[in-house]
Amino acid sequence: MKIAFQVNGKRTSVDVAPDTPLLWVLRDTLGLTGTKFGCGKALCGACTVHLNGMAVRSCQTQIGSVAGQKVTTIEGLGGNHRVQRAWMALDVPQCGYCQPGQMMSASALLAMNKNPSDQDIDAFMSGNICRCGTYVRIRAAIKAAAKMS
Amino acid sequence: MANIVKNETRRDFLKVSGTVAGGLALGFYLPSGPRMAQADAGGGYASPNAWVRIGLDNVVTIMVARSEMGQDVYTSMPMLVAEELEVDINKIKVEFAPPAEVYINALLGGQLTGGSTSVRDAWEKLRKAGASARMMLIAAAADDWGVDTGSCKVKDGVVMGPGGKRASYGSLAAKASQMEVPRDVPLKPASQFKIVGNMRQKRLDTAAKVRGTAQFGIDTRIPGMTYAAVRMPPMIGGKVASYDDSRAKNFPGVKTVVQYSRGVAVVAEDYWTAKKAAATLDIRWDAGPNANLDMRGLWQGIEQASAQPGAVFREHGDTDAGMMNAAKTITSEYRLPFVSHSPMEPMNTTADVRGDKATIITPTQFQQLIPHVVAGATGLKPEQVEVITTFLGGGFGRRVEVDYAIDAAEISKAAGMPVKMVWSREDDMTHDSYRPAGIYKFTAGVDSSGKLQALRFHSTSPSISSRLFPSVVKDGIDPFAVEGIDNFPYTADAGLRFSYQMHDTGVTVGYWRAVSHNLNAVALESFIDELATAAGKDPIQYRIDMLDMGSTKHQWSGLSAGVPVGPRMKRALEEVRKKSGWGRKLPKGRGQGVAVMEGYNTVIAMVAEVTVSSGYDVQIDKITAVVDAGTLIHPDQALAQVQSCINYGQSACMWGEITVKNGAVEQNNFDTYRVARINEAPKELNIHFIKSDSVPGGLGEPGTAVVQPAIANAIFAASGKRPRTLPYTPENIGAST
Repeated sequence: MKIAFQVNGKRTSVDVAPDTPLLWVLRDTLGLTGTKFGCGKALCGACTVHLNGMAVRSCQTQIGSVAGQKVTTIEGLGGNHRVQRAWMALDVPQCGYCQPGQMMSASALLAMNKNPSDQDIDAFMSGNICRCGTYVRIRAAIKAAAKMS
Repeated sequence: MANIVKNETRRDFLKVSGTVAGGLALGFYLPSGPRMAQADAGGGYASPNAWVRIGLDNVVTIMVARSEMGQDVYTSMPMLVAEELEVDINKIKVEFAPPAEVYINALLGGQLTGGSTSVRDAWEKLRKAGASARMMLIAAAADDWGVDTGSCKVKDGVVMGPGGKRASYGSLAAKASQMEVPRDVPLKPASQFKIVGNMRQKRLDTAAKVRGTAQFGIDTRIPGMTYAAVRMPPMIGGKVASYDDSRAKNFPGVKTVVQYSRGVAVVAEDYWTAKKAAATLDIRWDAGPNANLDMRGLWQGIEQASAQPGAVFREHGDTDAGMMNAAKTITSEYRLPFVSHSPMEPMNTTADVRGDKATIITPTQFQQLIPHVVAGATGLKPEQVEVITTFLGGGFGRRVEVDYAIDAAEISKAAGMPVKMVWSREDDMTHDSYRPAGIYKFTAGVDSSGKLQALRFHSTSPSISSRLFPSVVKDGIDPFAVEGIDNFPYTADAGLRFSYQMHDTGVTVGYWRAVSHNLNAVALESFIDELATAAGKDPIQYRIDMLDMGSTKHQWSGLSAGVPVGPRMKRALEEVRKKSGWGRKLPKGRGQGVAVMEGYNTVIAMVAEVTVSSGYDVQIDKITAVVDAGTLIHPDQALAQVQSCINYGQSACMWGEITVKNGAVEQNNFDTYRVARINEAPKELNIHFIKSDSVPGGLGEPGTAVVQPAIANAIFAASGKRPRTLPYTPENIGAST
C-alpha cells in the first residue's frame, strides 16, 4: 500500500506494510540512516525524529499513522541549526550514536521552551540514553543553544 | 623502542590500495612484543600498510589503526602524526586502517583497541611516522634545489628553502617516496608542541556525528544488500534442535531462511520484514549444558570455589605471623554481579561472502582477528577476507568479541547474498559477554593505631582470558583478573598474600571497560575505607599515610605503571582533598567518599558526594576527580573520557546486574537493565588534571573503576551503611551493616 508523507520538506511515498515503524522506513526504504536504532521499545530515544514538529520515537510510530504528515530527521535539521552549532562548539559527541536522537529531542525542547532550566532539561531529555556519558555536555549545549539566535 | 623502517612497504601499499600514484606512504614495523593476539589468531596478515599518505593533490591522509568508539582516536592519533609532519590538523583526511601487521598494538600484541593503550602505544610511533615523512619531503626538496637539507624548513605542508624557494608536500610526494627512509628520527621537545596539548583542538569527527552522516556499522549499505534478523537460543550454550519456517518463508519480501551455527536467520528485502518473519519461526531449542542454571546455584558454585586456595599472584613477608601479631583482624567480603556492556549501537555486521572472497564491514575493536575467524567459518583463506572498520556506536569491550562477524559471514554464505545482520536490543543484551561476577575476600591485621600490617586477599571469579587469549593465562592466573590489586599501592610491612581462584559459572564473560579494576579495586578501595573507619582516621589521610613509596616491580601489571606510584597518588589525594571541599560540614543524609587507583599508568583520586534518603535511594550530587595521566594529547577529550568513565561506572555500580534463570539472561532491554539517564547523572562534575610532561597514561577506562568505591564510601558516610554487595540498590544498601 502506498503511503504518502513529507520528509525534511520533500514529499515522498513508500510502499511498505502500514505497521512498519517509521524508523525502518527512514533507514531502509529512504536511506536516511542518521536516525538510529537503539532499543525498539521507545526506551532509549536514539530514534527520535520530529512529527509535525513534536519529538516522537520513530521505532514506535507506525508508518500508517504518518500518512499526510511532516517528518523531520537529523538530516533535515540542516546542519546549521543552533542545536547542531552548540553541539559542535562543545564537542558533545563521543561515539556519537545517540546524538541524532539527543539533538532531535533538544531542538524540540527549545522550540517549546526558549530558556529551559536544569529541571526542564532533565524532564525532557531523560528519555534519551547516552552510554558514553555526554550528559554534562548535552546540558551545557542546550543552554548554549538557547542563547543563540 | 626501535622502529625498523622498511622501504619496500610503500610499494606494497600503493599496489594494494591503488592510491594516487607517486604519493608517499610510510609503514613501520615494530619488533616483537607480547603478541598474544597474533599467537592465538594464527598469523597471516594482509600486506603491510602505512600511517601517512600524501597525494599529488596535497591531500594528507592519516590512517587511524584503532577503532573510534567515542574515545577520540580519530583525532588524538592524527594529532601525533600532524605534530611532526607539520600540517594543519584540521585539513587532513582520516581513514580507518585495514588489518595489517604494521598496525599491531605493541602493548597488546594485536591490532586491537582496548586496555586504554591507543595513545600510549602511538605516542612515539606516530610522531616518528610524521617526522620521517617530513624528513623525506625535505630531502626531496633539497635534492631538487641542490641545497643542504639543513637549509630547508617546513610549515603547513610546504617546504621552504633558501632564496624564497617553496614546494608543497603534494608536489614533492612522488620524489619523496623514492628518498631513503631516515633511520635516526629525532622528535620535538614538548616545549615546541603546537598541536599536542592544544586545549582548543576540536574533534575531527564531530561534524559528521552532529549531521548524522557518520557511518556506523548499522548504517552500511552495499549493492544487492539484504537484511537479516536472527533468532538465537535464549539459554547460554543452547542450540537449535529443529525449526519450522513455513510461515516465515511465505512473508512477502522474505528471500530465504537459513540456519547457522548459533541460530536461525531470516533474510529479507528490509529489516522490519525480516524481524516480523523471524518472530513467526517455530523453533525447538536444545537447552544445552546450562538448562538448570540460576543465580542461587551459580552463587553457591562461586562460594564453594572460593573455599579453594587458588593461585597466589602476589606475596611478601609472613602474612600468617602478621595476623597473629596484629592488635586486631578485620574481615570482609564483597560480591559483584555480572553486568552487561550494552553499547547504544546493537551488534551488527554486513557480510558479502562469495566463492573466492569475503567482505566484512563491521564495527569492531579487533579487526585483526576477523579474517581468521571468518576464514574458519566460510572455508576461505584469511587473505581472501577484506575487513572494513566503521565508526563504533560504543564499544566498552563488547566489540573485542568477533562472534557477530562470524554469524553474519555464515548467514551470507548460507543465503548466497550480501547480508546486513542487525541484532535487536534483546538479542544484544541476552547474548553479551558479561563482566564477571565474583566474591572478593579480605582479612587485614592492623596494629593498635589501626595501620595495616598484614593483608590477605582472595578473589573468585570466571577468567575471561581463558576463553579469548588462553596463552596469557599461566599457573591458574589470568593477568586480566588480578588488575587493580596486583598493583596494591599501600604498605603491609608484616606481609601480604593475594590469591585468585578461577571458576567458570557457565555464563560467558568478557572484557568490560577497565576489566578487573572494576572488581578488585572496587572491593579494595571499599575495604581500605573500612579500615580507616575502624582506625577512626580520616579516609584520605589514612590512605596517604600508608602509601607504598618504594619501587618494587609488580609481576602481573601488564598494562599498569608496573611499579608503585606512591608519590603520584599522594599528590592526587592531596589535590582532591582541596578541590572537593573535603571534610566540610554537610547536611544530614549527605556524605563524601574517597577512592584512589592507578590503572593503565594513570592515577585518579576521586571524591563522591551523595545524598542518601531514609529508604536508601542515592543521589549523586558531585564528583571531584584529580587525574594524573601524564602528557595530555587532546586535553578536552581527556576530560571527556573521565566524564564518560564516571557515567559508565555509575550505571554499573548503582543498577548494573545481569541475572540468569533456567540458563537464560533475564534482562533484555533498558526497562529491565537500568542505565544512567541525564536526570540521574551527577549534578556536578569537577575534574582536574595534574600538569605533567611524563609519558601519556591511558584514560578510556580507569575512572570507570575508581568512581564506584568512591560512591560506596560516600554512601557509608551519608548513611552508616556499608554496601558490600553491588549494585548499590536500596535493597542491597538496606541489607548491609
